[in-house]
Amino acid sequence: MFDKTLAELAQGLERGDFSSTELTQAYLQRINALDSQYNSFITVTEEQALAQAKAADEARATGNTGALCGLPIAHKDLFCTQGVRTSSASKMLDNFISPYDATIVSRLKNAGTVTLGKLNMDEFAMGSSNESSFYGPVRNPWGTDRVPGGSSGGSAAAVAARLTPAATGSDTGGSIRQPAALCGITGLKPTYGRVSRYGMIAFASSLDQAGPMARTAEDCAMVLNAMAGFDPMDSTSAERDSEDYTAGLNQPLAGLKIGLPKEYFSAALDAGVAEQVRNAVAEFEKLGASVKEVSLPNTELCIPAYYILAPAEASSNLSRFDGVRYGYRCENPVDLEDLYKRSRGEGFGTEVKRRIMVGAYALSAGYYDAYYNKAQQIRRMIQQDFVAVLNDVDVIMGPTTPQTAFKLGEKSSDPVSMYMEDIFTLSLNLAGLPGISIPCGQTNGLPVGLQIIGNYFAESKLLNVAHQFQQATDWHKQTPAGLEV
Amino acid sequence: MEWEVVIGLEIHVQLSTKTKIFSGASTAFGAEPNTQACAVDLALPGTLPVFNENALRMAVLFGLAVNAEIGKRSVFERKNYFYPDLPKGYQTTQLAEPIVGPGYIDIETDEGVQRRVGLHHAHLEEDAGKSLHEDFHGMSGIDLNRAGTPLVEIVSDPDMRSSKEAAAYARKVHAIVTTLGICDGNMAEGSMRCDCNVSIRPKGQEALGTRTELKNINSFRFIERAIDTEVARQIDLIEDGGTVVQETRLYDPDKNETRSMRSKEEANDYRYFPCPDLLPVVIDDDYIEAVRATLPELPDARRARFTSEYSLSEYDAGVLSAYRAQADYYEQVVKQCGDAKLAANWVMGELAKFLNQNDTDIKDSPVTADQLGGLLVRIKDNTISGNIAKKVFELMWSKGGSADEIIEAEGLKQVTDTGAIEKIVDDVIANADKQVEQYKAAEPDKRGKMLGFFMGQVMKATGGKANPGAVTGILKQKLDALCD
Repeated sequence: MFDKTLAELAQGLERGDFSSTELTQAYLQRINALDSQYNSFITVTEEQALAQAKAADEARATGNTGALCGLPIAHKDLFCTQGVRTSSASKMLDNFISPYDATIVSRLKNAGTVTLGKLNMDEFAMGSSNESSFYGPVRNPWGTDRVPGGSSGGSAAAVAARLTPAATGSDTGGSIRQPAALCGITGLKPTYGRVSRYGMIAFASSLDQAGPMARTAEDCAMVLNAMAGFDPMDSTSAERDSEDYTAGLNQPLAGLKIGLPKEYFSAALDAGVAEQVRNAVAEFEKLGASVKEVSLPNTELCIPAYYILAPAEASSNLSRFDGVRYGYRCENPVDLEDLYKRSRGEGFGTEVKRRIMVGAYALSAGYYDAYYNKAQQIRRMIQQDFVAVLNDVDVIMGPTTPQTAFKLGEKSSDPVSMYMEDIFTLSLNLAGLPGISIPCGQTNGLPVGLQIIGNYFAESKLLNVAHQFQQATDWHKQTPAGLEV
Repeated sequence: MEWEVVIGLEIHVQLSTKTKIFSGASTAFGAEPNTQACAVDLALPGTLPVFNENALRMAVLFGLAVNAEIGKRSVFERKNYFYPDLPKGYQTTQLAEPIVGPGYIDIETDEGVQRRVGLHHAHLEEDAGKSLHEDFHGMSGIDLNRAGTPLVEIVSDPDMRSSKEAAAYARKVHAIVTTLGICDGNMAEGSMRCDCNVSIRPKGQEALGTRTELKNINSFRFIERAIDTEVARQIDLIEDGGTVVQETRLYDPDKNETRSMRSKEEANDYRYFPCPDLLPVVIDDDYIEAVRATLPELPDARRARFTSEYSLSEYDAGVLSAYRAQADYYEQVVKQCGDAKLAANWVMGELAKFLNQNDTDIKDSPVTADQLGGLLVRIKDNTISGNIAKKVFELMWSKGGSADEIIEAEGLKQVTDTGAIEKIVDDVIANADKQVEQYKAAEPDKRGKMLGFFMGQVMKATGGKANPGAVTGILKQKLDALCD
């Protein structure tokens, strides 16, 4: 049962093969039995899950069901969930019980999903290895000495280990796609504004975007159907009609124009990864697509621009965590300054503090033009590069990450090499474009992710392209060695 | 040396929107602490701002009223600093691209000094909460009810040259925002707060002196006093060989002194940057024209109309037009009684006296404009005298009811019946031999002044209800007859 996709589980519920309560109990038992190996959950919400499952079964009995009714799901722990600890994997919010639901949490609840719990992540979504969590690192089901990627590492690991059929994630610089690639699952970062940010604890507001993570593109489409749509509570949410992302999955790919950016296949790319990506592109050609080389000349500038803009916004977004109204407060503050310094000094981890300092520096008087404004100019250049290429091709393809899952501790002492992990992903956040990572092969027994980039609001196209690949291949069906399903 | 004073004002005006600038919580004043602070105002994790369009409309209306350029694209920025009553750790405000660009306001002091004060810009921002330092056993309490209340900060150019001009400017801003209905103007509740930038320079010098900023002054009188105090301090300082330090100073009205709060060196680096949670506010000409169409008559225009239409003096017209509720009240009284001068005297006299004594806003006056108009009608048709009218007004204020009801109930109707008055006059004359003899002995041209005694006696006998004109005529006639 645990190897079934979300779509297959939906059919099982529909046919009455099992109830939502049975399904939920089974997943809760599996989490209980196996998650000590992965540490993918911060909080398991057993009681709420069983209550939601019961309600879903009752709804089904009255015939009142949508596509997701009764299906288990888990949320990255930065989506506020009413009555449940929402920690952002930080000591700062270890005691924070959210009094409200994030928009996507309430939309998925209303769609009848069952929330199994809250998933581990890098602290405040800052990291590419899930090693910065206050709750300890997450381990990759493909090798527990390896990282699952980050920041949505718990989401990716939980889906890969079949502890949940689907999860929500958030992506500020690759935080859905990179862990999806490293854990051999499918993860979609929608167009900026497609999914509401209300109730998602902010890292970098102009880059953050929530999205679905599951084993297949079809499953991602089902979850995105419930997540996406205009939200009046989020001023940056796009005022566009909702669409059915499952409707176009079966479009044939004949005539699809694929661009391969030459900059993505540079010397820094692992040879095994490059080979698997080229094989995947060849598979698309078999499906009727044409391929041409394109250029994204400013790719190299992405990382410095991103590591100015994201920390700048983060330094401001994280100011609210001051020990005054909620969250961690230091013991016995002697005065206000002491309260601030120690609450924040003790409440935040190293990577978060590093980014706050970098961001505050970049915004400070006398440096603003040299850093923040310059980075914004680069951001516009990167966006223009993409727009030009996407006028010419339907989708851009390349590796999601320069290499496969690395070992715990391997990069944690070298922030810059960690930041390089996101070289192919974070340009999309800077441009606001959608991208999907799908498993497209293996090298040395570890999954390789293919990133497919589309034009603004082309999520349907991306899901269609990914789904057709998954119909023709079985990389998404691979199971980590030793994992019982 | 002769010094010239240079003053610029930053006035914070709370907009009278029903809800906050970025959340749906109520802005009403005086609620229990923290009962009007929602998840957004508390800056709970994950919450986001949504801009209140009504605050935009009010800011544009203000811009149009002060002849300003309207920013067709305005951008909210974050001003980052830590303070317990600032829940997000930043204030959402506007800096590089404000909603209201350069404009001007014409002012006139009581001494008749006229000046055009340049408006540098006005921008929208959110108010902070309040820190309460008493009654918490050495700790501080935070009330976030005010957090997120929309403000327009109106920044003048350094164009004022005396404390009186500064106060006149602040009064004018008050008159404009209350006339526009975008602020309740209640300075005691903090609806309008003023920071004064003050510097001095030798008369004739072009370059500006170093300025100090006087914070959060909440009455027109304190504006004058704070500036006068600060100017004296700066002159003493410089003439004693010292230099003015750029700093923020707090005015203490009890001690009538200013004292340093923080110097420029201690000032925060606010690390402004555009707020990524809010889109730039883009408006077009149609929007601006639609707002313009709702502009009410502004204080300057109303004042001019009061002098021309009602033949009021410049002074009376200025006072009556300075506050929209008062001007509206006045015009309603005129409409009721048909006598602009009489109405002006009563609104600025008896009514103002009662409002002041009872610390009541004219909007809350227990005597409505229609009721006051009704009272003045009875003066004009000789039903009551002016003195009796004051008595009636007092009863209207304290007990309520129309003038007619009170005149009737209290039996205050003026006696105009000449027969009745003649009888009383006869009695008074018969019982005042001494005064009658004096009257008769006086030179004829001095006799008029001597009528006062007899008038007093008649009024005493009638309880003040006798028509004074009629009494004077009858007295004069009867006394003069005795002299022949």
